[in-house]
Amino acid sequence: MVESFPMKKVIDEQGNLVTASDRDLIDQELVQTAYYHMYRIRTFDKKAKSLQRQGRIGTYPPFEGQEAAQVGSALALGEDDWLFPTYRDHGAMLTFGANMTRTFLYWNGRLEGCIPPDGKRIFPAAVPIATQILHATGASWAEKRKGTKNIAIAYFGDGATSEGDFHEGLNFASVFQTPTIFFNQNNGYAISVPFERQMNSSTIAQKGVAYEIPSVRVDGNDFFAVFFEMQKAVNRARSGKGPTLIEAVTWRTGAHTTADDPTKYRPEGLGQDVVDPILRFERFMKNEGFWNDDFAVNIHKEVENEIEAAVKEMESYPKANVEDLFDHVFAELPNQLVNQKDSYLQLLRGK
Amino acid sequence: MTSNITETKIATKSITLIQAINDGMKTVLERDDTTLILGEDVGKNGGVFRATDGLQEIFGDDRVIDTPLSESGIIGTSIGLAVNGFKPIAEIQFMGFIYPAYDQIMTHASRIRMRTMGRFSVPMVIRAPFGAGVRAPEIHSDSAEALFTHMPGIKVVCPATPYDAKGLLISAVEDPDPVLYMEPMHNYRSFREEVPIDYYTVEIGKGIKRTEGEDVTLITWGAMVPLVEKVANQAKENGISCEVIDLRTLYPIDEGLIAESVKKTGRAVIIHEAPRTGGLGNDIVSIINDTSFLYLKAPIERVTGFDVPVPFSSLESHYLPTPDRILKGIEKVTNF
Repeated sequence: MVESFPMKKVIDEQGNLVTASDRDLIDQELVQTAYYHMYRIRTFDKKAKSLQRQGRIGTYPPFEGQEAAQVGSALALGEDDWLFPTYRDHGAMLTFGANMTRTFLYWNGRLEGCIPPDGKRIFPAAVPIATQILHATGASWAEKRKGTKNIAIAYFGDGATSEGDFHEGLNFASVFQTPTIFFNQNNGYAISVPFERQMNSSTIAQKGVAYEIPSVRVDGNDFFAVFFEMQKAVNRARSGKGPTLIEAVTWRTGAHTTADDPTKYRPEGLGQDVVDPILRFERFMKNEGFWNDDFAVNIHKEVENEIEAAVKEMESYPKANVEDLFDHVFAELPNQLVNQKDSYLQLLRGK
Repeated sequence: MTSNITETKIATKSITLIQAINDGMKTVLERDDTTLILGEDVGKNGGVFRATDGLQEIFGDDRVIDTPLSESGIIGTSIGLAVNGFKPIAEIQFMGFIYPAYDQIMTHASRIRMRTMGRFSVPMVIRAPFGAGVRAPEIHSDSAEALFTHMPGIKVVCPATPYDAKGLLISAVEDPDPVLYMEPMHNYRSFREEVPIDYYTVEIGKGIKRTEGEDVTLITWGAMVPLVEKVANQAKENGISCEVIDLRTLYPIDEGLIAESVKKTGRAVIIHEAPRTGGLGNDIVSIINDTSFLYLKAPIERVTGFDVPVPFSSLESHYLPTPDRILKGIEKVTNF
């Protein structure tokens, strides 16, 4: 099966083009955009970990090491497409246009953190595993019914492929030929369980065969490989040719969450040979004449300023409003909830 | 059955509960292009109970959709359709098969409005036939309402009559939030009622007094309603005047109606098919406790299914509340 799904690569670990002619597909704007977003979400991720250690946000699941997969996929989407993320996909969400302050707010336990900017079709991160795969299928089915060319992408990890909802989602998408992209980040571990114990299949891409869904395996640490395969999948979906399954093979550099200790289950040294996707991209930029110190310095400064401002805004955000505990469960509050709310508010007000 | 028709001018037809459900869906599909029906065997076959009979012929296989055999898939994709402009009416073939979809309902359908402070919402209806007494195979006879009334963010309705079946179906589809619509399969074809041919609604959250009475309040819903009405008549022959309340909506419950009746009678018997522990009857006891405790002349009785899995059909008549058990409950509260 590994032979049937060769890992697509555009640049190697040293940042060299695997196929020289691919150079024609790459221009400065794409390179700079990709670098900016990868650097930006990496810095966000580092900041989030640091804030968690200082007790300034809650438990946080880092995505370090998965930047090429998240940016490469999100940048291939169109303005009106739908994004259905998991809790480890805030990098993709930020790249697609989620607000950074709100992203920090989410990890600080605030409902406001799930609200996308106006017009942005970004669903709240799914915390149960694989459930969002069906939502993406349904939302993209709706787009097809409306006759638009919009699509939906569902993000999910290697562990999610063991859940029923993964298979039900692929089957529905296959039966109804929905414009859905199933974007798997195979980062090697589902908390403590390695890929080899999660499944006896050698790839995730091969799981698409049963559903006759075009499936592809890409080097998830190679921005270009992810981006180009995503573009193909997006075009296929927009032109009515149905869903695609993409397995982006990547590596979770850190822990499952800030509450997790991977030294308990991950053999020492495992993954050390994985070349960091951003380092790899920088090597490519230098090899191919895209690197520009001024550009990099400016980007770094811009990102740091943005993150500092977002943290400041998050920390000075008005306190959570107790009425929000009640007010959004239904469009209109049933009497039961009105009574519960009123009596609790009266207690708070000392009555 | 008490007729709900007050204006004789309204054109009606005499139909069964299952026909009323069919008529309700036909009405909403005609009125609103965004409504869809999804489920197993709902299209060509018209549903295993014929609830969707003929609808695919009228509205096409694009709106009355035979799905794969996949409950979580039906509900999960319906959530995606609902957040993106459609109003799915998803059929779960039997309530006992809703469990694979429980995760989707509990962790997503019921929470999306709150999680996004109203940015996204899930205006969908989940239809599920429930209840025992039709000698169905295993797992086909569950009454799982309490699993959903305990779930914040979803409404639960349960019509007992053809009139309410159509009116509540239309209200459920028009509701901006997810609604579980429980269908008492025992009553699908057991009697007919005059039902308006045109559009009308029955308000979610409102119960109805089926029988006026003075001595005891009998509170029930679904397939138990006609049975309890019959028992109320028997009790009347024994000189006990029972008021029968059909809740119709199980969340949010019509607390006012319960309180008003119990304040009058001072006695209450709650009758439901579902197992007793954790059953909705306990919430009703609490409602009476909160609203009308000082009016009680006797402890409240519950006549319910036992704390056992709904049994194979050879034992289901022992599982379900019987007239004798209900009568005994009535006597217990009157003789206290």
